[in-house]
Amino acid sequence: MRIPVDPSDWLILIPEFILLGTAIAILMIDAFAKAASDRSSPWISLAGTAGAIVAAVFLWGNPLSGFGGMIVNDDFGVLVSTAILTGTALAVLISVDYVRREELPAGEYYALILLSTIGMLLMVSSANLIMIFLSLEVLSIALYVLTGFARMRPRSQEAGMKYFLLGSFSAAILVYGVALIYGATGTVDLQSIADELISPGVLGNPVLLAGAGLVLVGLGFKVAAVPFQMWTPDVYEGAPSTVAAFMSIGSKAAAFAALVRVLIFAMGGLRPEWLAAVWVIAALTMTVGNLVAIAQDNIKRMLAYSSIAHAGYILVAVAAANRLGLQSIPFYLIAYAFMNLGAWAVVTAVTRKGEEAVGLSDYSGLFWSHPVLAGSMGLFMFALAGIPPTAGFTAKIYVFMAAVAADMIGLLIIAIVTTIISAYFYLRVTVIMFMERPAEPPVVTVPTPLAVAIAVAAAGTIWLFLFPGVTQSFTDTVARLL
Amino acid sequence: MPPVTWYLYVSAALFCIGLFGMMTRRNAIALLMSIELMLNAANINLVAFSGYLTEHTLVGQVFALFVITIAAAEAAVGLAIVINVYRTVQHINADEINIMKW
Amino acid sequence: MLVQYLPFLVLFIVAVAFAGGAMVLSRLLGPKRPSATKLEPYESGMVPIGGTRGRFPIRFYLVALLFILFDIEIIFLYPWAVIFLEAGAARVFLFFEILVFLGVITVGYVYIWRKGALDWE
Repeated sequence: MRIPVDPSDWLILIPEFILLGTAIAILMIDAFAKAASDRSSPWISLAGTAGAIVAAVFLWGNPLSGFGGMIVNDDFGVLVSTAILTGTALAVLISVDYVRREELPAGEYYALILLSTIGMLLMVSSANLIMIFLSLEVLSIALYVLTGFARMRPRSQEAGMKYFLLGSFSAAILVYGVALIYGATGTVDLQSIADELISPGVLGNPVLLAGAGLVLVGLGFKVAAVPFQMWTPDVYEGAPSTVAAFMSIGSKAAAFAALVRVLIFAMGGLRPEWLAAVWVIAALTMTVGNLVAIAQDNIKRMLAYSSIAHAGYILVAVAAANRLGLQSIPFYLIAYAFMNLGAWAVVTAVTRKGEEAVGLSDYSGLFWSHPVLAGSMGLFMFALAGIPPTAGFTAKIYVFMAAVAADMIGLLIIAIVTTIISAYFYLRVTVIMFMERPAEPPVVTVPTPLAVAIAVAAAGTIWLFLFPGVTQSFTDTVARLL
Repeated sequence: MPPVTWYLYVSAALFCIGLFGMMTRRNAIALLMSIELMLNAANINLVAFSGYLTEHTLVGQVFALFVITIAAAEAAVGLAIVINVYRTVQHINADEINIMKW
Repeated sequence: MLVQYLPFLVLFIVAVAFAGGAMVLSRLLGPKRPSATKLEPYESGMVPIGGTRGRFPIRFYLVALLFILFDIEIIFLYPWAVIFLEAGAARVFLFFEILVFLGVITVGYVYIWRKGALDWE
């Protein structure tokens, strides 16, 4: 047996190694110079994330595969990685003052964020079921800790415990499914699985179908699809706002990339079998997410249900499984990174120490004391509802077009109807901020890094609407410059 | 050697015991143990398939090593989280820890 | 074939019979003169204090957790060692790869040491 050993394989993992080096540097500074670490960690992690973005884009345009085909870096992966790294950079920016205000240990916080990001990036480029499981655990274990990171706050403790129990439960289901797929096809390599599926003997194998179903359940937990969404609202409510912001982008994007690779790239031949399941899950996710969001009066829970609903729209593109669908998924994720992190950034600004002031009533009349902040929140709510002129509108149009191209009219109608319903609770936030005029409008402080994050998110939200091709041409340009 | 289905029965039984534990147990540590059972059920599958399907590679066995390692890391983080909860509420009954509605 | 396992079965039966037989015989034949000292769990060791169901300080769990983590990481050295033997010219590269792996573990070790997780007091 020859083992393929090729030092050039390591080039594919440069973004991950930059993040790993940054995380180690932060940990060591924290261990040997605590005071310096509290001041410098956010900026070091921001620099590391920026380096990783540059390195990721460097891989654009020339698909590489390495480590015996376990890791691939194709254009789909680069775009999703960009979405994740954008989310990480913005999450670090909104954390700067939050971590100080809540008196969280800074070094560990930023190191865990970066380690979790490594897991997400690895998951995006996994071309092997072992890698998918490992990277899922790397990103999840760091997130379990981050969710319970406000150690003295009971809600954070409870959220950490619930997320840990349900998260590792879903991971156990996933790995059992992976074991069954391995038994049915004799391989864990996604490309080889696709090759195996050509033979009819493998296609009808009940062991394979059971395995595929269990993997779908495991990844469904991670993307927060109904009926595997029950952890989402509690975790988003209890976790520190910045952590909720970070994981609503990163873990969702990574899990969707893995879902696309498993369902479409590896098991495309099995689409007649899984289409019905994904169809039902997508329809349920959009409906339940948007309907339950209406009943929420806690903004963090509302955003949690909103994140469930958005998973439903992306699942429509997964179900379509055509070229348009594959293009719309990375675009949707990048657009979602901007608009959702923007919304969470405003939430972080409005909350006070100890995660107080998270009710919708705390936004009453925000426009009259902070017009720019309220205006940005209004923009993000428009984007999440899918109203022009925002990236959310473009992203939804792409998904709808993919559904049309795949002849899924039923799912398309559900998607459009739920989008209209969702406008109600997104616009309600805007109405509360602009129309209500209490005697004392809320007064909040917006530190500079947070303001920068909101500005970047708002700019990105409009920019992607004006130039929807920009994600591709941007990566093209940067790749040419390098 | 016994046929591979025997191993599959054992692992399926183990997986179902874990699943049943997840549904019925209240104690967070018992839930953690149920998860470990499910992971080990997958391990049995992986090693059994590795022995029967592919004679010249050790993919399944190496995968099982990774699962074992991950399970240890998960247990460590999980116990730390549970201990932290215990310090506040003095018990670890998962269904009584519900300030937030599920 | 199950026949291959026959020696194991024989060994198992002999071992159980020998150990069980020795205990039964000594019970039947041996003289019994119990005294307070002899009935202690450890006849010539420390005198036990307190109940066995008492609680342990949380530190024991912390040390146990850390031990398990570092212990189980070493499992990966075995597959690496097997590949290293067959790798030929790639050995130098493989050597540095495992150094990176061990380096990351060392970082974790240095971190818990500096954070005082290893201090008993």
